[in-house]
Parts: sequence; C-alpha cells; structure tokens
Amino acid sequence: MDQEPAVRTEALTRVFEPKKKKEGSTVRALESVDLRIEQGELFGILGPNGAGKTTLLKILSTLLLPTSGKAYVAGLDVETQFNAVRQRINMVSGGEISGYGLLTVKENLWMFSQFYGIKSKVALQRIDDMLGEFGLLDKKDAKVRTLSTGQRQKMNVIRGFVTDPDIIFLDEPTLGLDVNASRVIRTYILDWLKDHPKKTVVLTTHYMAEADELCDRIAIIDNGRILACDSPERLKKMVRMNTTLSMDVTRLKDTAVFKTFPGVESFTFTEDGEKGLTKLRFVMRDESGVSDIVSAVLGQGSRIESLQKTEPTLEDVFIKMVGKGLE
Amino acid sequence: MAVMNDLRTIKNAAWLGWEMEANWADPFLFATYSIVKPISATLILVFMYMIVTGGNTDNAYFSYMYVGSALYMYIAEVLFGVTWIIHDDREHYMSLKQVYIAPIKFYAYILGRSAIKIAITTAGVIITLAFGVLALGVDISLWDVDWLLLLGSTALGMSCICVLGLALGGITFLTARHSIGINEGVAGVFYVMSGIIFPITALPTWAQSISKILPVTYWMDSMRRALMPDAMAELGSVAGVDVTGLSGISDLYIMVYLAISTAVFFALSMAVFKYADGVARRKGKIDWTSTY
Repeated sequence: MDQEPAVRTEALTRVFEPKKKKEGSTVRALESVDLRIEQGELFGILGPNGAGKTTLLKILSTLLLPTSGKAYVAGLDVETQFNAVRQRINMVSGGEISGYGLLTVKENLWMFSQFYGIKSKVALQRIDDMLGEFGLLDKKDAKVRTLSTGQRQKMNVIRGFVTDPDIIFLDEPTLGLDVNASRVIRTYILDWLKDHPKKTVVLTTHYMAEADELCDRIAIIDNGRILACDSPERLKKMVRMNTTLSMDVTRLKDTAVFKTFPGVESFTFTEDGEKGLTKLRFVMRDESGVSDIVSAVLGQGSRIESLQKTEPTLEDVFIKMVGKGLE
Repeated sequence: MAVMNDLRTIKNAAWLGWEMEANWADPFLFATYSIVKPISATLILVFMYMIVTGGNTDNAYFSYMYVGSALYMYIAEVLFGVTWIIHDDREHYMSLKQVYIAPIKFYAYILGRSAIKIAITTAGVIITLAFGVLALGVDISLWDVDWLLLLGSTALGMSCICVLGLALGGITFLTARHSIGINEGVAGVFYVMSGIIFPITALPTWAQSISKILPVTYWMDSMRRALMPDAMAELGSVAGVDVTGLSGISDLYIMVYLAISTAVFFALSMAVFKYADGVARRKGKIDWTSTY
C-alpha cells in the first residue's frame, strides 16, 4: 500500500483580490499547483520574491485558505481538518523578529511547547539540548528583546523543532543571517532528518546554494506556477547537455545584446564594482556562438579577464526555467 | 480530553498574560501603578460629582456612582484588553500566527489572557472600593455584604464580559488598530446604557428598553445589591419612585437573566468569532501587519 505523502496539493490556487480597485489588480499567487512531498523528504521550494512560496506554506500550515483546489498535510485536508493538521506541523518564518520580548528565551520556548502538550520536564530538557546545539545556552535566561536578529532567528527555529512536528515548514529560515548562523541552522536541519527519517521538512528559499546543499527535491516556482520539480542532480542534468560559460570582463557598456545571440539559451550578469568587472554567465545550446560573444565583448572595448566552461548549477536551471536570475 | 486541553491552554495563556502585564516594570513601580491608576480614574468622576453636588458624598447615590465606576473597570479592561492582545500579538510581537497554528483552541487562549486581565483588574477594583469606603464614605460594610449574591454575580458577570470580549477578539482579526475604536464604542454603550454612573431611569424610555436587554445592566445591579444592600434599598424607594429602575426585580430573577443572557451571548460570540476566524483565514489576516 502506498504511504500517505506528507504533503499533497491538487490544482491549488490562491488569488488575492485588492480591497479597492485603485489599490491594484488581482494577484494570482498560486496557479493550479500540483505537488506531492513524501514523508522523510527535505523538500525545497525555490523561487524569487513574490513567486508564491510563502503563500503555499501559509496554506499548508493552515494560516490561509486556498481560493480553489485542495491541499492535504499528512493526508488531512488543511481547509476542513485544520485542528488535526496543527497537531502534526510547525512553521518557522525567517526575517521576522517574532517572540515575546518580555519573556526569557527559555520561557518563550517553554510556553510554545506547552501549547503542543509536551510535558514540562521533557520540554525543558529538550530546550536545553537545542539551545546548546544552536550555541544559545548562555542566552537561556536573557529576555528575548535583548537578542540580536540572528539569535532571535535561531530561537524561532528552535521553537519550530522543539515541538517535534511530523512536518515542519521553514519559510526562508536563514534569511538575513550571517554565514555562521545560517550554517548552524542548515546543519541542524540535516541532523534532525538523519535522526528522524520519517519526518519531513518543507523549506522555501531563494538561496540556490542552500537549496542545492539541503534538499532531496526542489520545486522551482515563479508567478505561482511550479515550473520544475526534481532532485537537484536531475534538475542540473536538464541543462548539462547545454554549454555553461562564465566570463569575467572589464566593464561593458551594453549587456542586452548578448540575449539575442544565436545559441544563447539564457544569460545573466552581475557587476563587481570593487574589481570593476562584469561577470557574464551563459547557458548555450552549443558552443557555436562563443566566438560571437567574444567578438561582441572585445568590440565594446572591453577586456576578457577570464573565460571558462563550467558545470551547470541550480542557478542555471533556475535561469533556464524562469528566464532570469534571483538577484 | 478536549476540555483538559482547553484548560491547559487557558492556564498557559494566563501565565503568559501575567508575565506580559507584570513584567514591564520593576515590582515597586508595577504595584504603585496598580494602586494609583484605578483610584485616579475613579477620582475624576468623584470630583465632578462633588462639584455638581457642592461636595455632598454622604448619600446613597454617591455610593451608586462610585461602585458603578469601580466595577466598570472590568468591562473596560477586558474589552480593550482582548483587542490589544490580538493586535499586540500580531503586530508587535509577531507571534499571533505561531499561537494560531498551535494545536489549541484560539478562544481558549483569549479566555486565558482575559482571565489574567480580570485578576489584575480585581486588585484595582478592590483597592478602589477600599479607598472609597475609607476615604469617601462609600456605603459598603463587610458585615452587610451578601456574599452569595456577590459570588454568583461576579462569576456570571465575568463570564459574560469574557464572552463579549471573545466576539470583539474575532472582529479584531479583521481590523487594524481601529478595532480599539470599535471596542471603545461597545464599552461606551455599556457605560451609558447599563446604569454604570447613573440609573437607567435617567434615560429616555426607548433607551431604557435597550438597557433592560443588556446583561451588564443586570450584572451592575446585582453587584450593587450584593455590595451595598442598604444604599440600594434606599434608592429603590425614594419618595415612592424606583430610582434604579430594577428594584422591583428579585435577586433570583436577575441571576437567572444573567445566566441565560450569558449563555445567549456565548453562542452569539462564538458564532461571531468563528465567522471572523474563517474570514481572516480566507483573507490572509492572521499574520497581517497593518504598520499602524
């Protein structure tokens, strides 16, 4: 018998109507989304701001109702069986400074654990253990209002895991955090899944490397639609038959011209102001257009500092799917 | 099991409420504030009364006004408090959605937070009444208090106020800071129509009909009957006129009316709360930040 998936959506659609006509037009945040996330998966939802990632997580975590379609978490309808869904889930949002500032870190975490019916003694031990793992043990008795943004974010991640949910929704959990804090959170997520192979993590991010490093499977979402859904490796294979070219050149006057070259599947660039370089990245159907690109660069009086053929990254997949980069 | 879960939620929410209410200042400042605030609020009315009557506080009507004003604190604190809990949780602490998706009944959470408001307000009410008795001669004697009636009407009255708060809590899901205005309006209706500082007989006849529907009117009267039976008896037959407008009604009738109206309001409030909750989920208002 098939195991019940952790998450299943069928033609899930969410439309936001403006309050007044002059306040803008209708936004279709999710458009007929079909997803199936298996138990034990670390599933990533990758997309730019406004793609519909948070809306999807809000629906799955019973904060928001869909306009049409269905969503099931642990086999339960989020619309009608929300009480039962809530017993199995938790959610953490990044970039927020939530928490009761007048309470201590321990009190905050303990209080939420009590809402989930965890025995006080068990909860306190778990809180101590987790604070240790996140390097926050010395902040246990500090008021939440005295924590830095990163410390608050770590506390919130602990809040999500301390209730030992079957399925946890992490909405950009490392948003705005420094490298160390992000690494601590990513490591914890991986360790947690290793220790609890039946648990499921659904994570939204717009950090490619994070999605690549963590996720078993990734759904690429843009304008409310799932454009691709597979393992990072398989997604990368989709562009592996193409040629990926990275080129650092001195400042270019016109970059738009590269999009029109024959053979160029997708193209992005970033400016490195410090070094005075333009970093170009091409996904090409074949290598025939390389000479045209080189000529165009030199034709603008620019100098090529480096040129290399590279392995495709998740970003290349994303660019191919969405037609633009995240940054 | 479900009841145990609700009781646990109420207990935890009450604990949170206490931490939030009592921890914003050091204990001495908190104690000072808790004493000074209710007394000062009531003194405003006392001075107005004294100016109007030429300083006469030695009558049953003064006690009527004073006790009504002190008890009104419950209505104000709970009704404003519930709105503030949701507004503050959602927009200041940004924790509303985390509480909301927890496997608890949200109304139990509101009741728990309200319960602690009631407990803190009770301290303020007792202090205000004690000040009135000791400093202003308010006609309350511990020997004359009808404790059974006091207990019964306190329990029913508090339930009724919490239930009203619940409905307003639901409405707060859908509104931003202006929900405070809604609650002020509702509390204002009770202030004018429920015999808080003047008897309902001072109102036009049509307004008296509305007053006699409101459970708060009966709660106020039963509390006064319990606390100051002599003064209420005096007001019941001033030159053969029933000043309070309710003196012909028995204590039992008042209690039954309070119990029934609380039950009716509970049903209505739950319906309003559930409806507002559904609309809030549909419109995405649970984690909304109005930036007001």
